[in-house]
Amino acid sequence: MGSLQKFRDSVFLYAMTAVISAAGLARTFQTKAGPVEAVRCVDLTVRAGEIVGLLGPNGAGKTTTLRMLTTLLEPTGGAATIAGHDLATDPAGVRRVSGYVAQSGGVDPQITVREELVTQARMYRLPKAEAVRRTTELARELDLTGLLDRRTAALSGGQRRRLDIAMALTHRPKVLFLDEPTTGLDPGSRAGLWDLVRELRDRHGTAVCLTTHHLDEADALADRLVVVDRGVVAADGTPSALRLAHGGSIDATLQDTFLAITGRGRAPADAAPIAV
Amino acid sequence: MLLHDTALVYGRYLRQSLRSRFALLFGVLTPLLYLLFFGPLLTGLPLGGSGSSWQVLVPGLLLQLGLFGALFAGFSVILENAQGVLERMRVTPVSRLALLLGRVLRDATVFVLQAVLLVLAALVMGLRAPLPGIIIGFAFVALLTVSLASLSYALAMKVRTPQEFGPLINAVSMPSMLLSGLMLPMSLAPAWLDALSHCVPFRYLVDAVRDAYVGRYTSAHMLSGALVAVGLAALTVTVGTRVFRTAGA
Repeated sequence: MGSLQKFRDSVFLYAMTAVISAAGLARTFQTKAGPVEAVRCVDLTVRAGEIVGLLGPNGAGKTTTLRMLTTLLEPTGGAATIAGHDLATDPAGVRRVSGYVAQSGGVDPQITVREELVTQARMYRLPKAEAVRRTTELARELDLTGLLDRRTAALSGGQRRRLDIAMALTHRPKVLFLDEPTTGLDPGSRAGLWDLVRELRDRHGTAVCLTTHHLDEADALADRLVVVDRGVVAADGTPSALRLAHGGSIDATLQDTFLAITGRGRAPADAAPIAV
Repeated sequence: MLLHDTALVYGRYLRQSLRSRFALLFGVLTPLLYLLFFGPLLTGLPLGGSGSSWQVLVPGLLLQLGLFGALFAGFSVILENAQGVLERMRVTPVSRLALLLGRVLRDATVFVLQAVLLVLAALVMGLRAPLPGIIIGFAFVALLTVSLASLSYALAMKVRTPQEFGPLINAVSMPSMLLSGLMLPMSLAPAWLDALSHCVPFRYLVDAVRDAYVGRYTSAHMLSGALVAVGLAALTVTVGTRVFRTAGA
């Protein structure tokens, strides 16, 4: 019930600006070996125009959390609202206001960039002419114009990532979920993607929630970090606040801070081993 | 909305199918080979029933086309799952039922197109059958495709790897073909085999199309065939819808 009270408080505090509010979100998978608690209790608030990084070791429950918030997976506990739409009672409303880029992306290699973008826009119920217009606009904004008539298989890793993000932006979502957006990208493409995400926040006030296990990325990009470990939120704050609280000083490295937060000393006996 | 979404999904996948004419032609290759190299063996044999041997064989080949083709439709979903395409569509507001129906209707279109090619080839080989009967045959192919493709997509969502999916489909399709009398009518079978074949739904469809090809549109076979075909489609689309709505774990 504590988390419910916290949920009410956070709703009260952020009622004007909170775009994502989740309280006590949990997901237990039933497997042959018994139940597996992938996410035990995640409280999360993201405001408009805020970039929040979900940081945590492999298997901490980051992707499962995103999959619940994007209606791909039904939570087994807790509640969440996305831009005022309740996850449990109005999943269709949640889908209308969110964009999601999975770790693996999600374009068909045999289809052209143009066709994927137009079809995607029409899946978000844009009329045909509007879908074509939006495709041109997005291609210009994400530097894909020269690639529109190529099959997606012919794109480089960085170009493909920009296409994945363009796909998630066709309907101008209020919330953008990115699951490990820069995995596999070269340093130049990574920096380009960071700029892109910042621009989205600055120009459109989009709330961005991204997962990463690159500490430099979390530090450079996120306004606030939520450290998830073994399915629960282990820490929540700006990078400097976390440094001060857990790393010992404002000059502590994020690596030390992160290890202090997820350190084995505090691990319950039944916890999975962590990999950082 | 469902109509809009289904049309959208249908269009995307139909364009994809029509783009690879190669696959379209190779889909009819197997039944075409049967027509060419197996059909002539039957012309002098007493197959029972009225009409020529082509009126017995071609309905069987039409359903074979559906049975072997549509049951493999799920492979595309396994591929799309790996690419993340299906998941990307599942977070859009597009109806999840439409994600299934659009695909299934595309399959029905493709298989009816292939069935038309097969019948044209059969006409050259010597098939003579009434036009309404031939059209009824296409309707059965479409219904069978809807059923089997839905089933295949539902299985593909559950199985998820091609290594498991292939053997599973073979395990379903081979006995179904043998027990439904696709190649030779079950009226030639000993009593036990005939009885066993009545447990296989496709048997009723084959019998119905064979009746259609000799102009018997109001026979008992036609009625039971139509009932089984519609029932099977209703059942499998329901199962497929349930899987497409909830899958994601």
